[in-house]
Amino acid sequence: MNDTTRPESDARRAFLGQLGLAAGYTGAVAGLGALGVTQQVAAKGEAPSPAKSFPTPDYDWSKHQWAFGVDATKCIGCLRCVEACKRENGVAGDAHHFRTWVERYVYLEGETRPRIDSHHDPVNIAASGSEGEYRFANRYQDAKVEKAFFVPKLCNHCTHPACVQVCPVGATYRTEDGVVLIDHDYCIGCRYCVQACPYGARLFNEEQGVSDKCTWCYHRITRGLQPACVEVCPVGARIFGDMNDKQSPISLFVRNNRVQVLKPESGNAPNVFYVGIDREVV
Amino acid sequence: METLVHAAPFTGYVYPNETIIPWTVLIVVYPYLTGLVAGAFTVSSMYQVFGIQRFKPVAHLALLTSLCCMLIVPMPLLLHLGHAERALNSMITPHWTSAFAVFGYAAGFYVILLMLETWFVYRPYIVQQAQRGKGPLRWFYQALSLGSHDLSENAMNYDRKWTFTLAVIGIPAAHGLHGYIGFVFGSLKAREWWSSDLMPLVFLFSAIISGTALLIVIYVLSCRLRRVPVDLPCLKGMAYALWGFMMFTLLLEGVEFASLVYRAREGIEIIMEYVRGPLLMTFFVLQFGVGSLVPLTVLSYLIWRGTTGRTLIVGVTASAALVLFAVLMMRWNVVIGGQEIAKTGKGLVNYLPTIGGREGLLAAASLVAMPFVLLWAAVRLFPPWQNAQVPSPVGPSP
Repeated sequence: MNDTTRPESDARRAFLGQLGLAAGYTGAVAGLGALGVTQQVAAKGEAPSPAKSFPTPDYDWSKHQWAFGVDATKCIGCLRCVEACKRENGVAGDAHHFRTWVERYVYLEGETRPRIDSHHDPVNIAASGSEGEYRFANRYQDAKVEKAFFVPKLCNHCTHPACVQVCPVGATYRTEDGVVLIDHDYCIGCRYCVQACPYGARLFNEEQGVSDKCTWCYHRITRGLQPACVEVCPVGARIFGDMNDKQSPISLFVRNNRVQVLKPESGNAPNVFYVGIDREVV
Repeated sequence: METLVHAAPFTGYVYPNETIIPWTVLIVVYPYLTGLVAGAFTVSSMYQVFGIQRFKPVAHLALLTSLCCMLIVPMPLLLHLGHAERALNSMITPHWTSAFAVFGYAAGFYVILLMLETWFVYRPYIVQQAQRGKGPLRWFYQALSLGSHDLSENAMNYDRKWTFTLAVIGIPAAHGLHGYIGFVFGSLKAREWWSSDLMPLVFLFSAIISGTALLIVIYVLSCRLRRVPVDLPCLKGMAYALWGFMMFTLLLEGVEFASLVYRAREGIEIIMEYVRGPLLMTFFVLQFGVGSLVPLTVLSYLIWRGTTGRTLIVGVTASAALVLFAVLMMRWNVVIGGQEIAKTGKGLVNYLPTIGGREGLLAAASLVAMPFVLLWAAVRLFPPWQNAQVPSPVGPSP
């Protein structure tokens, strides 16, 4: 090596040295971060910072703990809830986007497994005449039905929501008062949450390019109203309320019934409590 | 509205929101490209790190292939996002509980690593062109040389040290990146078809075979185009590697499938219905039969008979092409297969890809072709061939 090249080479070595040092620091920071992450991952999706008053000055989300009940023995499958939800929340009026839906379970004589359908089934769409109208066709009128019931479905607003866990940007979160929401202005539209929900409760809004789901009508419940689906149910099959209030309809429903949740093995700890469903309910 | 184009026909009972497949063919391309990156890097490391001399003719080509594929890897994701302009949110405000939050950092780190390694490997060539080249290309190389024209023995030793270090770091980085994509799928408990601890390993080994197969095809093709003889020991080396890693891949895939069937958890009936029905063609015939058993048999025969010459070249290249196809089918069967089996465990969805559109087959095919367009340009700017005039600076320092 001659003298003329040495300074250049030294400068390069110094620069690369600094680069290495910077990489080292980054690694150390990432390592420390990883420790925190391990804790967070193990804790699954927890509630965000405990702000006192949210979203309005006269609503304190730390004072409520919302929950939902479904009494399947009462549901008549009229689907007013589905229609009310679509109108209230501007959900696409087709057979592929639902924040809430109703399933029908029919056991025919001589069959051990139920026949399951919902209003997105082609036969039911044909009966209503349109994807935007929701109806259960009377398809079993000539069959011998042993047992049949309806099961309303919606987001379970889980205590450990898998959808919140997988969101790469934190656009979806669980509120202090126990509702899982999506920030549509922050969602990147990757649909990882749609995959992660074991209940099929998440949908993708193609027009807005973001994920969507039931919010228990957060804009209504924070103003003292009931969710739209609960409001319109003619038979009281949908029950909503504050678990912190021991005399609320939901507290009474959970206390006075032997309730169960869907897919408890998922570890998500759902907060929609069911009465009157059987083992075949998916 | 695009919605109804995506709405898939279904049988049995599926949740209403499931009738639109969330992850389309673009998400098939994404792990396919990442796998090629990791596999090509493995081939390059055989020489750069492990010093296996017979891989020398393809070492630089492998590095360039890896880089070109990696540059395209984020594209299918960006094209898929509902809001691509918010993509950087995952790096600005990463939500660390998400398996996907780390992707931006991991991919960014790996692209920088690949660029640095390529720069060190090609520095002698860049300097030479910066000094002797003509016209605008000379300015290009001058800019790339970063003002350092030092090719002394000392400087070359220094470069060798860096190349070696980067190649060593690159091995866990490349394989980590791809194994982690396997984890993204394998950790999703909502889907029985994906939820497997073996998924990261299956992804990893299939990545290695796809990268090796790709190198075989590109190398033989490039030799034909340049009218130079194929380096047979090199080709044979890659054939051995392909054969060996294929054994592992097939074994892992077999074990994964067997344990799924043997565990027979809830929903297994619908999985079996799926496997016997729609999956029969893509999984058993195309992925396992045509794509895996045929090339494995051909390769075994060639190795057993000690075949050489033109027969070896044709046999190995054809096998490699089949393996490339098999891995693509494997990605399809995992990504699309997982979504065709409904979360209800009572029904099947039938994904019908569109031809055009943002998430159609044409877009996917273009994305698969893009790295090779890049590579076509890259080999002109940075010839990876052994007879390039500059002595190769690669390999661990003695």
